[in-house]
Amino acid sequence: MSVLVDNEPGILARVVGLFSGRGYNIESLTVAETDARQNLSRITIVTKGTPMIIEQIKAQLERLVPVHRVRDLTVEGPHIERELALVKVRGIGEKRVEALRLADVFRAKVIDAKTDSFVFEVTGTSDKVQTFVGLMEGLGLIDVGRTGIVAMSRGGEAL
Amino acid sequence: MTAEESATTGADLLVKALIDEEVEVVFGYPGGAVLPIYDSLFKQNQLRHILVRHEQAAVHAAEGYARSTGKVGVVLVTSGPGATNAVTGLTDALMDSIPIVCLTGQVPTHLIGNDAFQEADTTGITRPCTKHNYLVKDVTKLQRTVYEAFYVARSGRPGPVVIDLPKDILMAKEPYVAPQKPVQHRSYRPQVKGDAQKIEQAVEMIANAKRPIFYTGGGVINSGPEASRLLAELVHLTGYPITNTLMGLGAFPASDKQFLGMLGMHGTYEANLAMYNCDVMINIGARFDDRITGKLTEFSPGSKKIHIDIDPSSINKSIRVDLPIVGDVANVLGDLLAVWKKRKPRIDHKALKAWWEQIAVWQGRQCLAYRQEGEIIKPQYALERLYHHIKDRDHYITTEVGQHQMWAAQFLKFEQPGRWMTSGGLGTMGYGFPSAVGVQIAHPDSLVIDVAGEASIMMNIQEMSTVAQYRLPVKIFILNNQYMGMVRQWQELLHGGRYSESYMESLPDFVKLAEAFGASGLRVSKPSELDGVIEEMIRIKGPVIVDVAVDKAENCFPMIPSGAAHCDMLLGPNDKSSRPVSEEGMVLV
Repeated sequence: MSVLVDNEPGILARVVGLFSGRGYNIESLTVAETDARQNLSRITIVTKGTPMIIEQIKAQLERLVPVHRVRDLTVEGPHIERELALVKVRGIGEKRVEALRLADVFRAKVIDAKTDSFVFEVTGTSDKVQTFVGLMEGLGLIDVGRTGIVAMSRGGEAL
Repeated sequence: MTAEESATTGADLLVKALIDEEVEVVFGYPGGAVLPIYDSLFKQNQLRHILVRHEQAAVHAAEGYARSTGKVGVVLVTSGPGATNAVTGLTDALMDSIPIVCLTGQVPTHLIGNDAFQEADTTGITRPCTKHNYLVKDVTKLQRTVYEAFYVARSGRPGPVVIDLPKDILMAKEPYVAPQKPVQHRSYRPQVKGDAQKIEQAVEMIANAKRPIFYTGGGVINSGPEASRLLAELVHLTGYPITNTLMGLGAFPASDKQFLGMLGMHGTYEANLAMYNCDVMINIGARFDDRITGKLTEFSPGSKKIHIDIDPSSINKSIRVDLPIVGDVANVLGDLLAVWKKRKPRIDHKALKAWWEQIAVWQGRQCLAYRQEGEIIKPQYALERLYHHIKDRDHYITTEVGQHQMWAAQFLKFEQPGRWMTSGGLGTMGYGFPSAVGVQIAHPDSLVIDVAGEASIMMNIQEMSTVAQYRLPVKIFILNNQYMGMVRQWQELLHGGRYSESYMESLPDFVKLAEAFGASGLRVSKPSELDGVIEEMIRIKGPVIVDVAVDKAENCFPMIPSGAAHCDMLLGPNDKSSRPVSEEGMVLV
């Protein structure tokens, strides 16, 4: 679900409070300013529910005064989802080489390297990111940071 | 006076902005953080301030004022405890869609977050119990925020709006700028006009109905008197039956023969069975509340449903409808009537006649019947007598919450909108008395009666002092059964008659209590003396408490037990439900 909001103090609390207050589930949430000139932020929320609940979530979000637009990307046609993760792996010898080889397969970038550690940056669908993180578990994984999903509809229409 | 002294402060701007919004009355209570506002109030005489005795009462008074006038009610409270005390009132206004602007004081901006004296995170606390809230951190934005707050509070589905005002902002100097009207909001645009195509469809569905019912709620009243007029026109044009929710009473004249009474948990047998058996339901400004629907899976199983509501989030929330129309009631009804008159659709009069005959059978059950015999006053009788004495006078009724509230809804008749103030959604004990204060302020010459229970009235009894100060002739009509009646009723029906903590021990002598505040107190316990006491209550010019000793054991019927369907109503004490209350039902409130 993509939500365009006024970038004002408390807006995130309003959105998150609505979900907790009404018992909806947030699986992933990302938020950042996307239009500095108009002072707008875009929130992407991944949630689960029956069609009736999803319709209700959308209506409740639209009811918040600083919310401009809400789109249910899952329902409204094809869309793309991406997530970014930073993955820190510690190890030497064969495991280190294997980690680097797998990173190459997943097109993960090395953004920090020490003789006994790497930080990889991997981007893709949540599935891909999850698979990569899973593989690293056996190869000295010590730290993961994930952004959560950002998403957008395919084609020429804007939010 | 020096230039420095004559310059306007944030507090002055606030007061001027309130006057720009045509505010006449503010209900409030002073404190440290709002002293600059009280100073500005002192220096002007366009705004009247009513000093309440508790901040919760300030909000309820503003609610009563708002509901009985159609204007926005305004509240002014201080930071910290002032704001937290207002929370119950704000939640009440949110649940019942009452337009309120609540101004709260706040510690100076540089102390926010510092656990300062009388600091509370007011915007944080009130976020879930307001339609919107603001924290003003820049005095140049103060005026605009006030205009915007009034716009948000009164437009769309009305509701409470909080403006949190740090003390340094109130004291900052800033010139006044005349407002630009109308206020435009960047993102907030309520949909007022209904979809034309859907209105055409609605006309067709309504016209083709065989067993129709209009089910209308508080939205009709919020939409203004024109909405009630249009509703009556449509209902008369079709000849269909109509039922009102608790919040919607008065939107359609109760004396009209097409009116089936209130529906829901303590609604009439005929209204609930008509809802259950109808083939087309026309919901106008109601929200399928759980007190109305009963068991969701058995709610009006065979009907097509039309739902007119200004709030899209009310649609398909608990009941899936076939034809939703988002828009303001008066606007949509106006369009609908225009289409109706143009197309002149033919109604199935034969089917309608059969439907009315069926309804007459249900009405024949006399679901509100009770027996007044012996020397104990039945609460229903007390209300019937009350209504008899007030019906030809200009009157307003407020209630607390509980059995007395349901009996009042059943036995008092409301002919006009805005005459009935009750806490429907939140069910706030202690609502009625302060609400009556607000109503009386707005209508100083009208008869304003708070129908109360002896338990509820104790929750805001301190307002006796407000009533005394402003010489408000509010009448408090207590149906005193010495129990939290509705709690006792549920304990009797669902918890084996174990009356845990529901007996009202150590009640005050209400007559002496009235006298302590300079009001009049009356007591009655014999049916034969009831009329005389009610007449005297009306005759006395000042505030009166009437303590009516009623039958302690009386229960409020008819009743849909929790978790049951409309067709499983209990009609009286001897009527045992065909099914015992289910586990699921026990969990429900």
